[in-house]
Amino acid sequence: MALLEIRNLHARVGGNEILRGVDLTVDAGEVHAIMGPNGSGKSTLAHVLAGRPGYEVTDGQVLFRGQDLLAMTPEMRAREGVFLAFQYPVEIPGVSNVYFLKNALNAVRKHRGLPELDAFDFLSLVKERAKLVEIDEELVKRPVNEGFSGGEKKRNEIFQMAILDPTLAILDETDSGLDIDALRIVASGVNSLRTPERAMIVVTHYQRLLNYIVPDFLHVLVEGRIVREGGKELALELEEKGYAWLEKEPPAKAGAAALTAG
Amino acid sequence: MEAVAEDTGLERTIAAEYREQRADREPGWVGRIRRTGMERFREAGFPTVREEAWKYTNVAPFVKIPYQAAPRERETFARSPLPLPAGAGAQIVVVNGRYAPELSSVGLLTGGLEVASLADAIATRPDVIEARLATIARDGNAFADLNSAFLEDGVFVRIPASTVVAEPIHMVFLSEPVFGPTVSHPRNLVIAEAGSQAAIVETFLGTAGEPYFTNAVTEIVLEDGAILDFSKLEREGDAAFHVATTAVSVGRNANFTSHSISLGGALARNDLNVRLDAEGADCTLNGLFLGNGRQLLDNHTLIDHARPHGTSRELYKGILDGKSRGIFHGKIIVRPDAQKTDAMQTNKNLLLSREALVNSEPALEIFADDVKCRHGSTIGQLDAAAMFYLRSRGIGEDEARNLLVYAFASDVASRIRVAPLRELVERQLGLRLPGGGA
Repeated sequence: MALLEIRNLHARVGGNEILRGVDLTVDAGEVHAIMGPNGSGKSTLAHVLAGRPGYEVTDGQVLFRGQDLLAMTPEMRAREGVFLAFQYPVEIPGVSNVYFLKNALNAVRKHRGLPELDAFDFLSLVKERAKLVEIDEELVKRPVNEGFSGGEKKRNEIFQMAILDPTLAILDETDSGLDIDALRIVASGVNSLRTPERAMIVVTHYQRLLNYIVPDFLHVLVEGRIVREGGKELALELEEKGYAWLEKEPPAKAGAAALTAG
Repeated sequence: MEAVAEDTGLERTIAAEYREQRADREPGWVGRIRRTGMERFREAGFPTVREEAWKYTNVAPFVKIPYQAAPRERETFARSPLPLPAGAGAQIVVVNGRYAPELSSVGLLTGGLEVASLADAIATRPDVIEARLATIARDGNAFADLNSAFLEDGVFVRIPASTVVAEPIHMVFLSEPVFGPTVSHPRNLVIAEAGSQAAIVETFLGTAGEPYFTNAVTEIVLEDGAILDFSKLEREGDAAFHVATTAVSVGRNANFTSHSISLGGALARNDLNVRLDAEGADCTLNGLFLGNGRQLLDNHTLIDHARPHGTSRELYKGILDGKSRGIFHGKIIVRPDAQKTDAMQTNKNLLLSREALVNSEPALEIFADDVKCRHGSTIGQLDAAAMFYLRSRGIGEDEARNLLVYAFASDVASRIRVAPLRELVERQLGLRLPGGGA
């Protein structure tokens, strides 16, 4: 059984149909990159998988470890092992990162039948994982994302991922707005979290990130459909030619079917 | 057809009880305060929604109720548990408007600190009381006048000059109606003498489900260089009608901080009037009101910058759920003489239900030209993006909501310096909300 199976997914946001039949299968341990021009539906796909209210699925199916992911609340998806690293992490003044993460982790652990961590064990986990993603421990004690720089916010997302230990991590434009040093740190954090059990979907507009997080598969999303699929070399082609040449492409799957029929 | 309202139920009992007051035992100057209060009350009557300061707060349904003064004789124990641990400091308890010595611990106070019943203080310390009483709350509303008309007992606190009182002083006002709706008019006087420092917590509470009326006036004087941290916890019963005026005069380089926490009552109206009476006077007014059900919580504050170099900081936050209504009216006056005034006022409100309502009205009257005055006000709902962010990390919907509400109020709560009060408010923030566990 695949870890994640997306079949013919259609979704609307604010009355506009954004996803128009996405098919994607992700197995444990794989890293999939999704690229595409602005407005192609990349971020929508990421948010639909995480269960953002207001994102309406009109057709299709998503199975996560064989279960109907779309029937789950956002918190249930997280507890089951889905993690979304936000493109725009939200600032929550008045709630410390540590308090927030301890509550989140214990909700996840409880769901998985694990004992809750006490303050001591949690703080040693924080120390260890903070080192892994090179995030300043002081940052971890501050209110969630408040006053963080763009790079700090993205690093905090990866730090949260390191703490919550998801089975499927979706990184939504984690590279956007990062300078090359910040990008390197974030990417090395992500790479250190690659395991044979954990799959990742890396959503990005630019090929640059994929120099650091090398995907096993790459999918190109245009106008709500995957129009091209390949390995990491496809990224270089996109870098060279841009997206325009793909915009008239038929969907990848339909194209394959047409080829077979021909 | 509706009859034309003549005397309200309360006006009838007021007239009768005012006549019955035993004036023979009181000094002449107290009699004068009471008579002036009654005259002014009779002239003005209860405010109606036609008056600007009461346009959102209709007291008519409450003043129909014939509240009566509680009998002087009562059971010797209070049925309501006191909300805060007394701690090592002085605690003075007033039940139904009268000092309850058996519940108070004011016996062994050090450093000349005085905490006493106002009735006793009028009898034993008339020199100190006469010079101050009714001079600070001098132009209050009709309810404050009514309080003066029934001036009899309450709390007197004097913090001697250059004394630092380490433990917070607790003033507790308990209403326990015995035979039907009860009214009390506690009157309090706090004198923080020059260079003194203290913290006071004033708590109002009473029997749940019973209609009663608390009509309190607290007058506070900060002499030069005094520092006072004054908290008011309004936690009346759910059927209570609470009206209170806190009038403060802040002296030269003195520093007044208030924390006004409104949680209870069917209708609670808090008037906080602070006059920065001398150069370099400083005040910080923090407020938090948490409404639920059909509660109406009304906060009127007035900061009167009368002299130069005064600083005021004000932050009030409202959280309204159910069909509750909140009102914040914040007036700042900067008198012609009050150059170099620095005033900042912020009111933020969070509506948790579609039927909750809040009115936020800043009012600045500036008559000096070299001043810095800023104000801001917001009304909003819970941030959907933040909700999703928390839930996407595995935190359940109710808990996410509680976290955000807590976060919204946390800056006001965290400023409360009296730890047990701060903890109570923090607990309350979690408890009051749907799904909030203990």
